[in-house]
Amino acid sequence: MSTVPSPAPNSSPTPALGWTPPPRPTGAAAPAIPAPPAVDTLTVTVNGRPVTVPRLTPDWQGKPAPTTMLQACAAAGVSVPHYCYHHRLPVAGNCRMCLVEYGTPALGPDRQPLKNPDGSLVIQKSPRPAIACATPVTPGMAIDTDTPGVRAMREGVLEFLLINHPLDCPICDQAGECKLQEYSVEYGRAASRFVETKVHKPKQVDLGPRIMLDDERCILCTRCIRFTRDLVGDDALGIVHRGSYSTLAAYPGRAFDNNYTLNTVDLCPVGALTSKDFRFRMRVWFLKETKSLCTSCGTGCNVLIGSRENVLYRYTPRENDAVNRSWLCDFGRLNYKWIGRADRLRQVRVRGEPATWTRALAELAERLRAIPAGHAAILASARLANEELFLLRKLAQHLGAETDIVPRHGEGDRFLVHPDKNPNTTGARVLGLAAAPPGANLPRFAERLRAGQLTALLVFGEDPLKHGFDPETLQRAELLVVSDLLPNGAAELAHFVLPGCAHAEKRGTFTNAHGRVQRFFKALEPPGDARPETEWLGELWERLTGERASTSPERLFRQLAEEVPAFRGLTWAALGDTGQDLPDGPPPPER
Amino acid sequence: MHFPVPAALEAEIDALIARYPQKRSASVMVLHALQDHFGHLTAEAMEWTARKLDLQPINLLELVTFYPMFRRQPVGRFHLKVCRTLSCALAGSHALHHHLCTKLGLNPEAPGPQTTPDGRFTVEFVECLASCHTAPVLMLNDTLYEKVTPAQADQLLRQSS
Ligand code: SF4
Ligand code: SF4
Ligand code: FES
Ligand code: FES
Repeated sequence: MSTVPSPAPNSSPTPALGWTPPPRPTGAAAPAIPAPPAVDTLTVTVNGRPVTVPRLTPDWQGKPAPTTMLQACAAAGVSVPHYCYHHRLPVAGNCRMCLVEYGTPALGPDRQPLKNPDGSLVIQKSPRPAIACATPVTPGMAIDTDTPGVRAMREGVLEFLLINHPLDCPICDQAGECKLQEYSVEYGRAASRFVETKVHKPKQVDLGPRIMLDDERCILCTRCIRFTRDLVGDDALGIVHRGSYSTLAAYPGRAFDNNYTLNTVDLCPVGALTSKDFRFRMRVWFLKETKSLCTSCGTGCNVLIGSRENVLYRYTPRENDAVNRSWLCDFGRLNYKWIGRADRLRQVRVRGEPATWTRALAELAERLRAIPAGHAAILASARLANEELFLLRKLAQHLGAETDIVPRHGEGDRFLVHPDKNPNTTGARVLGLAAAPPGANLPRFAERLRAGQLTALLVFGEDPLKHGFDPETLQRAELLVVSDLLPNGAAELAHFVLPGCAHAEKRGTFTNAHGRVQRFFKALEPPGDARPETEWLGELWERLTGERASTSPERLFRQLAEEVPAFRGLTWAALGDTGQDLPDGPPPPER
Repeated sequence: MHFPVPAALEAEIDALIARYPQKRSASVMVLHALQDHFGHLTAEAMEWTARKLDLQPINLLELVTFYPMFRRQPVGRFHLKVCRTLSCALAGSHALHHHLCTKLGLNPEAPGPQTTPDGRFTVEFVECLASCHTAPVLMLNDTLYEKVTPAQADQLLRQSS
């Protein structure tokens, strides 16, 4: 017997957006953990096998709701095909794909369940099937998902879904991840019996700036409508007309353009909604999938990178209940193109001349040794990973250098987007690289450069010229080191240009704005000479101090967890796919 | 967008809305009131209704396209609705519809309501008018005519002016 997880307590009032953020750790003291309440369960059978499930299961808003047949089947390890049902959306029950047969215990004249001679319950089969997604289970219920009747119903539903479908899988972007395709193969008929004329509907409907709709492929499950109405709060989509002419549409003249529209492409079980960015670019079965993170704001949404032959084709959301659930914002999802830009920094340069890493690092170590303590500053970036920042912290301590990062503030919203536009401000703060408040040291760096008190400036992933430094000031530095991904003004003035890696080209961890430490993995090879920062920073450290330094993110993370109290107790392995919170939570904001 | 609704009509609509615990529930009634007054429902009418009921225009477009009795195009002054459901069909309503159309120079094969160029007549097939025992039936504006023969139909056309 197996069980599904018990419902989470419904602690806060219903928010407008249909989702309550999980409670965040608030202080150092571990809260007293109350004894878990006894979960009220009931037992049903699925295809003859008993399974015990809680009476209540969290619904799409996290509120306890009666456990459904579909959830009980899932607990029993039996999958029930479904289109309109999605665990993060309100139940609509319109597609009928999840129909199952069931029975309930027969009662005797004394209203007590009748028993068979072997002691089992006598089941009275319901004359009608029921939709598993919306039918609550009751004690003793017997659910059957694999009867000739159920098979015939699935076949029937699929046959109806296909009567007006254009059957254009060969040119459809969804092919390979299409539920209509998959279920048709698994549960459908081999051949069509439909000889009538198909209803034609609008094709290539420009639904919004990022979405293209093919109404002939739509199976009218309303997932997209419910998502944008009930989760985003933008009631933009609807079904117009009736019967076989029913057509998914936005109001004429009204673009479907909120910042979450691309999630409907993921939700759409078929190829009706496609991403203008991704469509026709790559067959999904060729994509290599790598677990990674979005770097466009402090939320740190979990993504899967889809890449092939060293080209990044798309981000898709990776489920993480504690961070982004199943969603991404459109901005973050599409903000990946810079990674493949043709003008990426790809050459190590020393005073403008191409050089090898070995020569550059040897010379750089020598130059750094000559800088008197207190005469260097490190302008780090909150776009660097924790492990890289950890090495910079060691370097700063060694050089007696002051450090800071460039803060990035922007708009946030109530759904996902965080106003902090750096992915790792928290990491930079708890590792001590950010001034208080972040960015406060920048004007002082510029001043000290002008006054000749700073002779070395090491810049990582930022362009100081965009943050209050002018070229004359930068040129005052006797040693200007720039490590970056894309060309910028400072790199042109730099004595050392050291090309770095985008997050998609290396492994590491970021600490999001809520203090969650999450891992990302390598999907692509970096261009040209570019190497992961941990590698060459470790090598530089070795040349500078004669001490061996780890260059692997895993080992660096272990050291970091040992040396930096904020990370204590965390291990690379235990971070898993969905990350872990800093034991004390994020440091309080300072402005 | 400006959509002039006369004060009397707006008062009537406000009274309709007040009948329901939720504004949204009044959607169909408000649309009927607007259609009765203006003859058909334009985009402006739906947008006005959306503002009035705190809805999105798409919510009303869904209703207007779902219910066949809502019209997005104007109809003629004399609106002939010929029943085509089973009883009437058996009793000759298709011939009746064909007769009316040819008489008025309209295409009986075209789907949906057909209106004469002078805007006087509209002929349309509708579903059961709940008078099956007197099939075939048609409605001329709000009046039901029973057991209609082509000759009676001609007479109706002559009387309508
Ligand atoms: S477009 Fe896709 S998600 Fe939306 S109703 Fe159609 S099939 Fe469902
Ligand atoms: S909310 Fe932030 S982290 Fe999430 S996808 Fe958008 S920009 Fe990226
Ligand atoms: S999944 Fe149950 S009716 Fe659609
Ligand atoms: S079938 Fe024509 S009135 Fe019923």
